[in-house]
Amino acid sequence: MTYHLALAGNPNCGKTTLFNDLTGSNAHVGNWPGVTVERREGNYRKSKDDVFIIDLPGIYSLSPYTSEEVVARDYLALEKPDVIINIVDASNIERNFYLTTQLLELGIPTVIALNMMDEVKAHGDEIDIANLEKRLGVPVVPITATKSHGIKELMERAITLAKRPETINKTALESTKLFDSVSKISDVLKKGGYTNTVYHAVKLLEKDDKIKEGLKLNQPLEAAISKIVTEEERKSEEELETVIADLRYRFISEIVSKHVKKGRNEGALSLSDKIDNIVTNRILGMPIFFLIMFTIFQISVGSIGALLKDPFQDLVTGTIPDAMTKLLEMAGASDLIKGLVINGIFAGLGNVLSFLPQVVLLFMCLSALEDSGYMARVAFVMDRLFRRLGLSGKAFVPLLMSYGCSVPAIMATRTLEDEKSRRIAITLMPYMSCSAKIPVYAVFAGAFFAKSQGTIVFSLYFLGVIVALISCLILNKTVFKGEAAPFVMELPPYRIPTAKAVFRHTWEKAKGYVIKVGTILFAMTVIIWFLQSFDFSLHLVDDSARSIFGIIGSAISPIFALNGFGYVRDTTEIHWQAGAALLTGLIAKEAVVSTLGILYINSGGTELTGTLSTALQAHFTPLAAYSMMVFTLLYAPCVAAISTAKKELNSWKWTFFTVGYQCGVAWLISVMVYQVGYLLGWGLS
Amino acid sequence: MEVSLKELKPNESAIVKSIGGSAPVRRRLMDMGVTPGVKITMRKVAPLGDPVQVNLRSYELSLRKAEADQIIVIK
Repeated sequence: MTYHLALAGNPNCGKTTLFNDLTGSNAHVGNWPGVTVERREGNYRKSKDDVFIIDLPGIYSLSPYTSEEVVARDYLALEKPDVIINIVDASNIERNFYLTTQLLELGIPTVIALNMMDEVKAHGDEIDIANLEKRLGVPVVPITATKSHGIKELMERAITLAKRPETINKTALESTKLFDSVSKISDVLKKGGYTNTVYHAVKLLEKDDKIKEGLKLNQPLEAAISKIVTEEERKSEEELETVIADLRYRFISEIVSKHVKKGRNEGALSLSDKIDNIVTNRILGMPIFFLIMFTIFQISVGSIGALLKDPFQDLVTGTIPDAMTKLLEMAGASDLIKGLVINGIFAGLGNVLSFLPQVVLLFMCLSALEDSGYMARVAFVMDRLFRRLGLSGKAFVPLLMSYGCSVPAIMATRTLEDEKSRRIAITLMPYMSCSAKIPVYAVFAGAFFAKSQGTIVFSLYFLGVIVALISCLILNKTVFKGEAAPFVMELPPYRIPTAKAVFRHTWEKAKGYVIKVGTILFAMTVIIWFLQSFDFSLHLVDDSARSIFGIIGSAISPIFALNGFGYVRDTTEIHWQAGAALLTGLIAKEAVVSTLGILYINSGGTELTGTLSTALQAHFTPLAAYSMMVFTLLYAPCVAAISTAKKELNSWKWTFFTVGYQCGVAWLISVMVYQVGYLLGWGLS
Repeated sequence: MEVSLKELKPNESAIVKSIGGSAPVRRRLMDMGVTPGVKITMRKVAPLGDPVQVNLRSYELSLRKAEADQIIVIK
């Protein structure tokens, strides 16, 4: 038999941690609400039956506000899994049960997984599971997903339930003043042939218009129901929505007061609160934030990362290609093959691969930061500033993630309530320089600004932030108008990032980087090598300027005449390599470096002519190099990010606008940097 | 004494009386547990003066002063 088990629960209650544990997946987890924005499926292998686990975005209730919450509600209410595994953060049981009371009304067999039992024990709280089960009428299993405790029992009970489904039709509104109306509406719906009548009855009382439309009630049914709703409204002093929410919480408070014993006094400060008092302190809050950012920068792209990078770079750009050359010579390979392998593949990929240590360090830092619970505090600290710019503080989290990779960051914008904030945030993404741009900065800064490499790279990150701020102000006043959405957000407790989780996340990213180098970049390198070796009639050319790629590059390069890198330094010779490299950067940003590696090395024949650094110095002035870096920082992101943006914006118009804006801004700022620098006489030699 | 939640000082507690504001915001607040009768404690104000952080139902919630102003509490 095939069963579908859905994981449902509040944001940040550990659904994805459990999902990874059950299915052996490596889906991204973090300690902030809204990590999962899409539903994902996996297979539970430890069962004889076919068991599919569905991980859903977190929801606080079945009345969704944001696009990712709609995903969860639609799946639960319309596609109907065989069993719902309702994950409840046991350290925050009261609020988590609010969703539980709604899930139980869906009439789908449900198991409650009380997660984070380790924290409950640490707090000295006690939960009377047996009585909780009796009161709620569904199985309750204590688990600790991060330590894989209690998972086996949870799954056994869930699968048993899937095999012998019991229809439950419980509601927290039983024995309350509203129950009469709920039953009446439910009866009307039953006669009309509807299922899930209790759930729908409550939603109709709440005046949930989306649900009402979905039901497509006929005239007599609608009239009968309207009459009951109006009657109930007349009796009630407050709106029924408020009354229902209140009744649910009353039901929960009663259960919690009976079956949950708190180990500490209410309002007592936990360690998490004490940390929080320092980190979000009125005076220290901002400095601490900048200190953390600076530290991450230092570790990954700054001096510590460089320490690791240098030996690794020698290995992949020196030792290995040298050995390979000897090997090929021994094997008697032709010049063409030797050219492809050494001057094509190794020249291109080596320069990119050597930045693996820095990328790994960056993701390690970001992952630890996400797991700690600090991300939500950053949103809290920065909200005021962001609101001035027309964004919610919540937008900060995706923007920060974009320093790692824009693709998940663009998807994370789904946690923002309004379309306006999402569009602006997606447009700003490339300005938070992603990890794929690190090789570009490092190669250029290394070649031209060896002594002040750190400062130069830092200035680019800083410029990105400034451009983002200005763009935000401009876009907000012109293209995207309207008020920012309200900011109502849970602040999760601080947790020490577990080595396992950080390692897992970092490993995934490192693997992804190597795979990217091995697949897309590898294929591109071969294609580029081909394009720059042959002309349109497929003859091998001596000078790659006459190759297919050379002709394309020459056609683009005039665009960059004012940017300083449209011509080879101190000449009027067209610098087609720069334009061509930027073009390939649209496939993947690392390609800017790998392409230049191939193009320069091959300009002077098939033999390796010095390092990439010397080749760059021959083609760029330092100022032009800086202008090139600025352009790389600001222009449109890679195709993966653009297609994600298209998916999230759900409109070609906005996608074109976004890409056009990014390229336009990149060109303009890069021209400004070059022209101002030129007038001041900076970096011309 | 009836005041808005915004006016509570850090570490001051009060009982929620009513929630105003636009329907979606009110709905969101209630889903997050801000219902009449619940005890709510002001924790702190963000470094830049907005939003605020409150504690209720043993968890931490942050909301802007604009929203907090719509929540009437009894001290």
